[in-house]
Amino acid sequence: MQVSIEKFILAAVTMEREKVAGSIPTFIVSGPEEQQKISQYLGRIMEGVVHDLENGVFIIVKH
Amino acid sequence: MPFSLFPIVFGVVLGTLARYLMLKSDYRHYPSYPHGVINHIALGFIASVLGSVAVPALMAKEFTAVSFLALAAQQFREVRTIEKEMLFNLDKSELVKRGPDYIEGIARVFESRNYLVILTSLIVSSVTLFTHWIFGLAAGALAVLASNRLMSGRRVGEIARVRTGDIQFKGANIFVEDIHIMNIGGDETREILRKRAVGVIIEPINDNERETLANNGQRMAIAHDSASQLGIYKDVDTPEFNPLVRRDLDTGRIAMLIVPIEKDPEYLLTAVKGVPVLESATGKPLKSRAGKLAED
Repeated sequence: MQVSIEKFILAAVTMEREKVAGSIPTFIVSGPEEQQKISQYLGRIMEGVVHDLENGVFIIVKH
Repeated sequence: MPFSLFPIVFGVVLGTLARYLMLKSDYRHYPSYPHGVINHIALGFIASVLGSVAVPALMAKEFTAVSFLALAAQQFREVRTIEKEMLFNLDKSELVKRGPDYIEGIARVFESRNYLVILTSLIVSSVTLFTHWIFGLAAGALAVLASNRLMSGRRVGEIARVRTGDIQFKGANIFVEDIHIMNIGGDETREILRKRAVGVIIEPINDNERETLANNGQRMAIAHDSASQLGIYKDVDTPEFNPLVRRDLDTGRIAMLIVPIEKDPEYLLTAVKGVPVLESATGKPLKSRAGKLAED
């Protein structure tokens, strides 16, 4: 386990395109269910952890 | 002065035996490691040869022979480096990492045990040389007992109160009591955590131990040992189930959130209490003037 880890945003999953800027791969989804599903998939695929920024944006972070 | 080879041989035998006895207590670091035992017994044999010839060599006025002890020190330092490198490489494939401090601690133990073997065989051979082998045997046994007693470190259960803590969910954030652990987005993950996770609170008994528990390496050791003893509900693609150990900044309390395969909080506490306190993590701020004055 690493108590403090190298954080790196792998992707963002959001319903609102304008809330994410910069060079992060962003997946636009149509609803909360899809957001859950897509972020879970991305997390598994890239071995990252899904975090909820509580503003409608999920990020997948490499720890 | 004439002397027989008997004291030397006796010292070598008892020294190697001592190494073997010491090896058992740290065997758990190597669950499947039959060849490592041979390696360490072989090194223990070399160490005991060096230890047992020292006094007879001096008595034969072979003073240069003693310089071999310096060579031995060099050799065993190398052993420590090799041991450390190996554990570092193996650590990469652990689901829950030991961490550098724990590895350093293990490697240091390996080095120092070789010195203990030298000391044991030195004592045995000189006592046998000057008295009788029965006394040599007794001295050897005493040396092994004493070194086992002196070298066994403290455990987390001795420096802290360990108890379970309630897990709370506030939005996407997870807390153990009031200590924030992490932010989790996935509903599925939160559901699994709600069902399977166990929270542990570790309260240091004083300011010294607060510093010890603040050490990242010590916290990694706690997570590793708990996970390896109770099994961890995690795979490489689910890093969110890594046991996380966080600190309450106000009081220095430590909270751990872990998802064991066996959800037995009672045994988890036993595992946490049994985690060795790492030498490198041990701090003594109370021994300093400022630390003592600041204590409240």
